[in-house]
Amino acid sequence: MDPENLSHEPAVELSPTRRSFYIKFIYGAMTAIGAALAVPAGIYLLFPPKARKEGDYVEAADLSRIPVGTPEEISFQRTRIDGWKVTSEKATAWVVKTADNQVTAFAPQCTHLGCAYHWDQPTNNFVCPCHTSAFSVDGKVLSGPAPRPLDKYMVKIQGNKLAIGPLDTHA
Amino acid sequence: MHKIVEWLEHRTGIQTVIKDFLYEDIPASSGWHQVIGSMAVFSFIIQVFTGILLAFNYAPTPGDSYLSVKYIVTELTGGRLIRGLHHWGASIMLIIVVLHMLQVFLYGAYKKPREATWMVGVVLLLITLGFGLTGYLLPWDNRAYWGTVVTTQIAGQAPIAGPYLARLLGGEGRIGVVTFARFYALHVLLLPPLTMILIGIHVYLVRKHGVTPAVGDTAPRRKFFPEQVFKDTVGVTLGFLILFTLAIVADVPLGKLADPTDTNYVPRPEWYFLFLFQTLKFFKGPMEAVGSVVLPGLAVLALFLIPFIDRGPLVRLGKRTFAFAFAALAAIAWSGLTAAAISTTPKNTEAADSAVEELQAWQQLTPPELEGLGHFRKENCKTCHVGAGKRGIGPDLTQMAAAHRNAGWMVPHFKRPSQIVPGSSMPPVQLTDPQLNALSAFVLKLTPQNEASLLSAPDFAVQGASIYEANHCGACHQINGAGMKMGPALDGVGQRRDRAWLEQHFVDPKSTSPGSIMPPYKFEPQEMDAMVKYLLQLPKAG
Repeated sequence: MDPENLSHEPAVELSPTRRSFYIKFIYGAMTAIGAALAVPAGIYLLFPPKARKEGDYVEAADLSRIPVGTPEEISFQRTRIDGWKVTSEKATAWVVKTADNQVTAFAPQCTHLGCAYHWDQPTNNFVCPCHTSAFSVDGKVLSGPAPRPLDKYMVKIQGNKLAIGPLDTHA
Repeated sequence: MHKIVEWLEHRTGIQTVIKDFLYEDIPASSGWHQVIGSMAVFSFIIQVFTGILLAFNYAPTPGDSYLSVKYIVTELTGGRLIRGLHHWGASIMLIIVVLHMLQVFLYGAYKKPREATWMVGVVLLLITLGFGLTGYLLPWDNRAYWGTVVTTQIAGQAPIAGPYLARLLGGEGRIGVVTFARFYALHVLLLPPLTMILIGIHVYLVRKHGVTPAVGDTAPRRKFFPEQVFKDTVGVTLGFLILFTLAIVADVPLGKLADPTDTNYVPRPEWYFLFLFQTLKFFKGPMEAVGSVVLPGLAVLALFLIPFIDRGPLVRLGKRTFAFAFAALAAIAWSGLTAAAISTTPKNTEAADSAVEELQAWQQLTPPELEGLGHFRKENCKTCHVGAGKRGIGPDLTQMAAAHRNAGWMVPHFKRPSQIVPGSSMPPVQLTDPQLNALSAFVLKLTPQNEASLLSAPDFAVQGASIYEANHCGACHQINGAGMKMGPALDGVGQRRDRAWLEQHFVDPKSTSPGSIMPPYKFEPQEMDAMVKYLLQLPKAG
């Protein structure tokens, strides 16, 4: 279009309906564009990554070497999926075997603030060195600020072998 | 709400600032042709927004960057869209910037007193190109790597400054962590704030001199808001719709991880640089720097100085014949060179795949070998043969002596270990001969490189292959080179058939393939599932 022609048009004030249509369109379009950007951005940032092949069990210990009744700290290699990185890392667990061959594997962090606790032989308790939380041999909180019992790994027993899986979130 | 606005206004004067901005007087002749500038600003905002989102999940180092981009597009919900917006947004931003410039050029809006506005605009065009150039490397696939190799070499050809420029880009011919870090720093640290500052100056200058009125426009001036803002919004919305559609419909390629030893890859720059790439072909030997650096440099200089070259008074659009002819000539030259570059580009052998699935080592196993992996697992071989370069109770199977690397030694050893290896504490493996053959076939495949991948084969594949073997499918079909060719080879069958087709085919082969001589197979649902899943993932032959 030739702007010179435009300049000959009389400069009329916008009619109120026209003006309000313009304003409505501006707000509407900007809101729509904003939503079209904000919603995917929210999903992108807040949705967890699609499930990858995690939750595999790794063989962690020979059960015949674990004493009955006394927790044993075992270490094992497992695969960790950390964003775009897949790494093999050393992990540890406190394993308790009962007389009837039931096995529990506790995650090695105190449920209070994540310090590494240890087994205190004289008191027969798990004791956290940070804020003196104490847990019984079956993971229950005995004293201290810990808000919940010790976290457990899922376990599978195959013959004499103990396989450790991901954290048991249903416990 | 009203009170908050009032409080804010009293403390900051923000409302007055916004009102001054919106109710600025503009010439009556302003209109649709002036919306492109707003669109350019908007496209920059989109790039900043999506760029920040990408950076939240991006590892700015070679190698890791590739993995993180792959992670963004395959693992994160919406990641493909965000990357698409950023990728196509870059192209669209450049198109808009060039169109904006073209409009200003054709209208002669760079003339006194608006020379500085134009010159800042030229710098913004160069920065936009700089964004494209530096961003191109960041996914670190073959396309990125090889494209940037060429770019840095070209920079190195510049007279006098060449070697310094190459060193500044961390290249000097080789591209590695240093070049990557510099490109990343330019792309996210230096160029964005520079662009913001220059856009600020640009817009300030536009406001200072006012929008260029048409020749003889003496009509009463109008307000910027809401009519012109409405027109700008229409333009912005249109641009955004195109971008959004592209991001959803068109896949952004992510090729293979950058491989400096790949001699088959044909490097090409991004489409808007293709004309420069093609120009280079006309200059040989010592003249090359003329085509790569001198000519583009002169062209930029000419563009920069246009307001001083064309100093005549503003005339109406219809009389700017020379400007139109010049723009048309430039457009024809650009299109011709770009088309020539595209037509002479051989198709890369590397599939520009968006699926980005790399073939896993276990997918290349034959069915008997996969079945062998099943036995390997059931017999708990790994308990003693721990692998990963270590010796457990038994030796590392990837490091076996050459003399033992055959089924003739291995199968008897499975049956009576201590007879073949005196003193061995390995218990006899209680399997049938065919099963032992499968087990040995698998063990013979193990190497230190593929061990982890082979052992990670999913259960469905192992089970599917075991069913395949138990039903002697290999008597007619071939997978990964093993089996007969009475029936069709099953390599890549998942690209030809879907799940429903395969299931129906097992139940009643003739219903899907008339004339087939294959007998029907009845599988338990769980077996069928494993079988079909196994078949669907089979890679294409060769």
